[in-house]
Amino acid sequence: MSALPQVSAARPVASAVAAAPLLAVDAISLTFGGIKALTEVSFEVRPQEVFSIIGPNGAGKTSLLNCVSGRYRPSRGRIAFKGTDVTALRPNERCHLGIGRTFQNLALFNHMTVLDNIMVGRHHLLKNNFFTGALYWIGGAQREELEHRRAVEEIIDFLEITHIRKAIAGTLSYGLRKRVELARAIALKPDLILLDEPMAGMNLEEKEDMARYILDLNEEWGMTVIMIEHDMGVVMDVSHRIMVLDFGRKIAEGAPEAIIENPHVKTAYLGADVEMSVVADAGGPA
Amino acid sequence: MSGGHTTMRCGEFRTSYRADTTIFPTPMSRRVALGAVVLAASFPLWLNAYYLNLLIQIGYYGIAALGLNILVGFTGQISLGHAAFFGFGAFCSAWLNNRFGLPVVLAVPLAGLLTTAVGMFVGIPAGRLKGLYLAIATLASQFILEDFFARAEWFTGGSAGALAQPFTLFGFAFNNDQRFFYVVLVAVIVMYLAGANLLRSRDGRAYVAVRDHYLSAEIMGINLTKYRILAFGSASFYAGVGGALYGHYLGFVSAEGFTILLSIQFLGMIIIGGLGSVMGSLLGTAFMVLLPEVMEASAQGLGGVIPGLKDSVAYLKQMAIGLAIILFLIFEPQGLAHRWKLTKAYWKLYPFSY
Ligand SMILES: Nc1ncnc2c1ncn2[C@@H]1O[C@H](COP(=O)(O)OP(=O)(O)O)[C@@H](O)[C@H]1O
Ligand SMILES: [Mg+2]
Repeated sequence: MSALPQVSAARPVASAVAAAPLLAVDAISLTFGGIKALTEVSFEVRPQEVFSIIGPNGAGKTSLLNCVSGRYRPSRGRIAFKGTDVTALRPNERCHLGIGRTFQNLALFNHMTVLDNIMVGRHHLLKNNFFTGALYWIGGAQREELEHRRAVEEIIDFLEITHIRKAIAGTLSYGLRKRVELARAIALKPDLILLDEPMAGMNLEEKEDMARYILDLNEEWGMTVIMIEHDMGVVMDVSHRIMVLDFGRKIAEGAPEAIIENPHVKTAYLGADVEMSVVADAGGPA
Repeated sequence: MSGGHTTMRCGEFRTSYRADTTIFPTPMSRRVALGAVVLAASFPLWLNAYYLNLLIQIGYYGIAALGLNILVGFTGQISLGHAAFFGFGAFCSAWLNNRFGLPVVLAVPLAGLLTTAVGMFVGIPAGRLKGLYLAIATLASQFILEDFFARAEWFTGGSAGALAQPFTLFGFAFNNDQRFFYVVLVAVIVMYLAGANLLRSRDGRAYVAVRDHYLSAEIMGINLTKYRILAFGSASFYAGVGGALYGHYLGFVSAEGFTILLSIQFLGMIIIGGLGSVMGSLLGTAFMVLLPEVMEASAQGLGGVIPGLKDSVAYLKQMAIGLAIILFLIFEPQGLAHRWKLTKAYWKLYPFSY
């Protein structure tokens, strides 16, 4: 199905399998006034992994990422990043610890240029403040800004958006905005990057590019990736492991080949051509 | 040798990025700005006190307007209490000078800092409030400060008001329009450069990020509460310095000048000038200061033709300001700054611009 160059079936993770998890999510539940968006979801993501989350619409995938990035606070359970409990931390505090993300629905700073959008990603790495910033030429703000500008230009080159760096973000096409959002998240220099449907609404060529960027991010930039994506071809190609959510519960987790064979997954998500007996056997996801 | 080569390349990059981030993007715009400053510096030599007085007003109100624009235009918050901070700066600087004998040159920036502190205190609810609720909270701060001005005789002189000494530097008193114009000119240049610098560096970008998309700003590591309060602090600093200059120019400070009406006029200045534009703040202020004068002059001219015009000019002036704000909101919501940009683009392409 996928037009991607076929990656070897099981992508080996650079770090040892036994390494301590970078992210440990322990039995988190989340409710919205009676709606159970997540129910006791647990999983671990190891350093250098590409970990994909799949599941039907409304399964709770975005809510899960929101819990990890700090946008939502789970009503139960805890989340540990690099061994520290981050459950109670604000999103900006988690950003400082090394968690970055993109959004399912675009969330750029629409009136800023592409360049400024990405420079905002450097916020927590920059030291100049309202005082030294206002003095600019005196006190090193200019030097620091230009240093980070250089780092940002590297990201711009990597994502091939050089031609639009001065454009106002809100005026760009959907595909380009998705790319700028990725650039902004990369600029954070996160250890863990959360991508919420990075290829949604893209054409085949844009999808191919995006898949390549994600692979490069993982392999060359050394980032750990958690990705929500509906395109199974892409998911199978770039993921080390996949987790499946359905009705806010985890129903499967494992290597891509194992997931595609999993009967629960077939019922819940992948195919209609599964006999009812399988569901009866499994006793449903409850 | 190769080392030297690398350094050179590195230097090249640096200069190109530096050239790319200047306040004035083209050599032409830099020359125009420099020309404008030189021209302004010559004003006291050939303009009479009437015009200098107007320019001085544009200067100190323009400083305060830039502060409000940082808060409203750049950070996306609202304030209906800017005039109170302007007044606080005016009283504070006079008080620092009268009570402690602090030289006016030092009293002005220190008054700015103290106004910042008050503004940040008032801004604390801003960390939690948005929209209409914030508008009401700032309105409350306007009235609380007005009340404070009326009661705190030790600070403001109460209903009698406070005297403010002229601005002096090394024994030289800037005590007339010709002289004080230079004080205001330098202050405007310094404050506007600082504002432009702030907005092209880390914290200024954070302000705009908070305005454009606060949820994603927070994901980018920006502490929303801190920056919302800081924006109030920045706005108050500008208001305080502007107010302090106003006080030392007039020589007398009284609470009547700092009502909600002035707060709304400040909002009018930045709406007319352009929300989120540094230079727009000054253009809008100029518009607001000059409009009543132009009306007055036209009324004088037409007074003989249209009977009764001279008597109603006071009302007309008030109405014109309101009307201008409404017209700008409807027809030019991006303000004079936008118009200025279009005009610049037109001349750049002239004569091929149609
Ligand atoms: N902010 C919210 N308020 C109320 N309900 C929400 C909110 N966010 C998500 N939900 C609900 O939680 C469930 C999971 O949503 P979501 O995480 O967006 O699913 P997915 O990303 O897998 O499509 C849905 O039923 C959705 O309506
Ligand atoms: Mg979703």
